[in-house]
Amino acid sequence: MAGVILIIAAGLAGYWLFPDNLALLTRVIAVALLVLSLDLITGYCGVASLGQASLFGAGAYAAGIACVNGVTEPVTLVAIGAVAGAMAGLLMGTIMLRAHGLAQLVLSIAIVQLFHEAANKASAYTGGSDGLAGLMVSPLFGVFEFDLWGRTAYLFGLALLVVVFVVLKFIVSSPFGMLCRGIKQDPVRIRAMGSYVFPVLLKMFVISGAVAGTGGALAAISTQVVGLDSVSFELSANALVMLVLGGLGTLYGALVGTVIFMGFEHVVSAINPFHWMTMVGALLIAVVLAAPGGLTGLYETLLGTGKRAKGGRT
Amino acid sequence: MPAASLDVRQLSAGYGPTIVLEDVSFSVPSGARLSILGRNGMGKTTLLSTLMGLNRRYSGEILVGGADIASLKSSERARRGVGLVPQTRDIFRSLTVEENLIVGIKDRPRSVIQEAYEMFPRLHERRGNLGWQLSGGEQQMLSTARTILGRPSVLLLDEPLEGLAPVICEELMAAFTRLASSGEMTILLVEQRLESALDFAESVLILERGRIAWQGTSEALRADQGLVEHYIGVGSLH
Repeated sequence: MAGVILIIAAGLAGYWLFPDNLALLTRVIAVALLVLSLDLITGYCGVASLGQASLFGAGAYAAGIACVNGVTEPVTLVAIGAVAGAMAGLLMGTIMLRAHGLAQLVLSIAIVQLFHEAANKASAYTGGSDGLAGLMVSPLFGVFEFDLWGRTAYLFGLALLVVVFVVLKFIVSSPFGMLCRGIKQDPVRIRAMGSYVFPVLLKMFVISGAVAGTGGALAAISTQVVGLDSVSFELSANALVMLVLGGLGTLYGALVGTVIFMGFEHVVSAINPFHWMTMVGALLIAVVLAAPGGLTGLYETLLGTGKRAKGGRT
Repeated sequence: MPAASLDVRQLSAGYGPTIVLEDVSFSVPSGARLSILGRNGMGKTTLLSTLMGLNRRYSGEILVGGADIASLKSSERARRGVGLVPQTRDIFRSLTVEENLIVGIKDRPRSVIQEAYEMFPRLHERRGNLGWQLSGGEQQMLSTARTILGRPSVLLLDEPLEGLAPVICEELMAAFTRLASSGEMTILLVEQRLESALDFAESVLILERGRIAWQGTSEALRADQGLVEHYIGVGSLH
């Protein structure tokens, strides 16, 4: 509960402190949803993926295509994005869970490349490399217009993030979530206890897809354009970096990693437009070497509460 | 799930091309206890792993309650009533005691966890602690309780007393004896401590290089010091 209040407080503080950067902050929320979705399968289930943007892009394109075809109500668009993401998660999980380890990682890269290529080729529906433009979203609840400054989009995104976070907290704390953590630690033991591993992981992939799809739909609604970057390998890789930076398997780590990474990227790229990537790289190396458990792991260690991290893989 | 008989017929198993168990046959009646003895490396752990479906079986049958489970995966075997408490304990180190137990109850209501706490009150005291924070004895209690909550009809215990303090061993053996006395499960115990193994079970099986070297009652083995020294080691029985 305290964590949720903290997220709301930080979100509202961002609204008041950075009124000229609400578009960026909304993008941070959308990407945070993507990183949260990755945390579900990587942090809680131990399935590493470099193709998570497939699910994000599926949600973004589904919402975008629905919007240009007359479905303009934002909550409905988010629901469409979530369903599309869940379906993409089902497909991705069905393929990826047939393999293990490195082969699984390679499959995830292949999947995101295929999604990217499909979005590029289906230009009649997606706009191809030009992107899908012309999204005219109706006012939220028929009242709140999506204004030029991005206030409505930001507050809508913040509300979405809070709802998704609460739902995910419930899921990862449930017996299903515990089973996922058990699978991550020792799938052989889980099988020997009479549980089936594949359906459990597949279910988590579907949930993960719904969350990523929600993020994609939010990005589409807020920017009113969907580009190929929303289904790119680069976005997938960045999401994994943000998760590692924040810390796996805590949900909070996904949020912290996203905010720190995107905030740092924004600030440093403004200070030094030529070498900002070098500084981002240096930050990552420093965090990974100094805090293998990510920033949340470091925080817990400093507070002496890093019990889960000390227990090995979380 | 009530206790079930276990019949193993001409079982051969191993790892990759290496045959560890060869032509092993024995029967345990429903609700009975069997101790499996032998020196290190003779195939005791491999036998239990093979019964659980965790390593490769080359040939032979494994019948639980008359049904052949030899071709089933480990998850199916567990659902048919086979439960293994492994030598390595394999508790989930990053989950709390209670979370470990919840993972073990499968489709049963969460309230059945009380059964585990009644069996091992120490687990109740430490229910909020993470797996890695437990002592070896507590980890063994947790591993045992987690398996038992799955209501196995055939329980396989692989060296549960290894490396534990005598007082913890007594506590664990008392719990195993209570379980066995309830008649709700057939129990196979692999144990290096000969006295404990003989006190626990009515019958004994000795493995020597992957084959059954001797089968009989605990009393018969206890009375034959020469047999003990030959197969298990000098001074094992006091």
